[in-house]
Amino acid sequence: MPRELTRMTAAELSAALARNEVSATEVTQAHLDRIAAVDGRVHAFLHVAADNALAQAREIDDERAKGIRRSPLAGVPVAVKDVFTTIGMPTTCGSRILQGWHPPYDATITRRLRQAGAIILGKTNMDEFAMGSSTENSAYGPSRNPWDLARIPGGSSGGSAAAVAAYETPLAVGTDTGGSIRQPAAVCGIVGTKPTYGGSSRYGVVAFASSLDTPGPFGRTVLDTALLHEAISGHDPCDSTSIDAAVPPVVAAAREADVSGMRIGVVTELSGEGYQPGVLSRFAEAVELLESLGAKVTEVSCPHFRYALPAYYLIAPSECSSNLARFDAMRYGLRVGDDGTRDAEEVMALTREAGFGAEVKRRIILGTYALSSGYYDAYYGKAQQVRTLIIRDFDAAFGQVDVLVSPATPTTAFPIGERADDPMAMYLADLCTIPSDLAGNAAISVPCGLAPEDGLPVGLQVMAPVLADDRLYRVAAAAEAAFAGRWGRPLLAQAKGL
Amino acid sequence: MSITREEVAHLARLARIALSDAELDHLAPQLNQIITAVAQVQEVTAEGIPPTSHATGLTNVFRDDVPAGCLTPEQALDQAPAVEQQRFKVPRILGED
Repeated sequence: MPRELTRMTAAELSAALARNEVSATEVTQAHLDRIAAVDGRVHAFLHVAADNALAQAREIDDERAKGIRRSPLAGVPVAVKDVFTTIGMPTTCGSRILQGWHPPYDATITRRLRQAGAIILGKTNMDEFAMGSSTENSAYGPSRNPWDLARIPGGSSGGSAAAVAAYETPLAVGTDTGGSIRQPAAVCGIVGTKPTYGGSSRYGVVAFASSLDTPGPFGRTVLDTALLHEAISGHDPCDSTSIDAAVPPVVAAAREADVSGMRIGVVTELSGEGYQPGVLSRFAEAVELLESLGAKVTEVSCPHFRYALPAYYLIAPSECSSNLARFDAMRYGLRVGDDGTRDAEEVMALTREAGFGAEVKRRIILGTYALSSGYYDAYYGKAQQVRTLIIRDFDAAFGQVDVLVSPATPTTAFPIGERADDPMAMYLADLCTIPSDLAGNAAISVPCGLAPEDGLPVGLQVMAPVLADDRLYRVAAAAEAAFAGRWGRPLLAQAKGL
Repeated sequence: MSITREEVAHLARLARIALSDAELDHLAPQLNQIITAVAQVQEVTAEGIPPTSHATGLTNVFRDDVPAGCLTPEQALDQAPAVEQQRFKVPRILGED
């Protein structure tokens, strides 16, 4: 029985709990057992909150005994990326500078998960301060891809994706700044969504690039991902960039799964050189599949997308250099070298030297450069103009089609170590995902098969206009159902067991 | 466009990161490579194009000023590296003279 519970989807667990076939405590224990059995190899978690989770599960079971059901997710486990603040659990952001930090407040999304009755299993590994595409930038060692433990699970939310793919949890939350949800979802063969910017609260999400950071859901199915999307979304007065509008009907769209008559645009610029042949062939099949389901497919050009990566690597580091100035060794976190002889500035510099890893230092210095007075117009200013042009490309495209599609990543999961000290090669992993971060629109990655050359998962990216997140789920659910019919089982069932 | 080792050392000082010589040797060429790549944005004709700092176009967001709970001094100081007399204890900020 416990083994089967970890194979169930969140929707199935929710139904089984509602029918009193299983208790939240049994569900939670089964997942904690699974974590104990496999996480030594996967290293998806930085902190497992077993006692907290079981206490929360008992509380939900007490309520269930009284006929109270808080939400569809009551009693369903979830893992939380270590960038969300959590009372009673450490929050490290994968950094030495926050080792052992216990935040005094919950992120809005943490609070919403608790209120919904979801069981928080623990905190998942990530690239330090969400900067990276592999989790290799975590100060606590990389997570591993459950499909092949020698390969990266993607990043920066790689721990969340690996935990879901390894059946350690049915659901997880992450954050997407340049692709940090969609890229790990794609390479781990699961579903991950970057909601519309401002659709999910950033309050209590340790900031990397504030104009880009977007929390979002992971699941093994499109419906599960929609259920979590709905649970964490909605206006938050604590986040001034939060959008005061109704949450798009993502769960209903995931259930409808109908693309007949939908206009789907294939982005010309997100293809060709630099893309793995097996990724392109699986993507082409996915497009044909959508067409066979009644969608009208056309090709759409977004000419400025080729400048999205350079613009991103000016904007994100600039914001990061400002945001990470808060790690000053004064009020919380690491303090190094305070021996009574050094002044505050020296202690600050020694602490940041010891507390930050190489990629974080690279980006802080790059951002400091891009924002410096002599270079501001040529770099940051120009990147902001390019951002406008990318938004205009999206606007023009969405004038012709309902959604855009592309591969989610140019390649499948690469071996751990391959790009670890080659920043430009690492940055290319986010080639397809960055445009939607710059424009703030919604995008999802859904599995579309295995690349023939390496047998590893490929993700189909669907992009929708701002606040049209429901369209993502309509398309992804239709693709998922059609693929399941073709494969005879979910993609993840083809991974060899751990 | 290129960046020298000395410029990287200067930027690191501005960013309050005490880089070692070995790190400078390693970082400077990498940053040079990255800056060369990101400089591609300069190819784009963007005359008269307004900059975007925030994608969804919100401007000022106001709310009523309502008193609410906040952290207690104990909670605020709980994670401090050093505390004295219910205050954050920090290294000296001004010079001796």
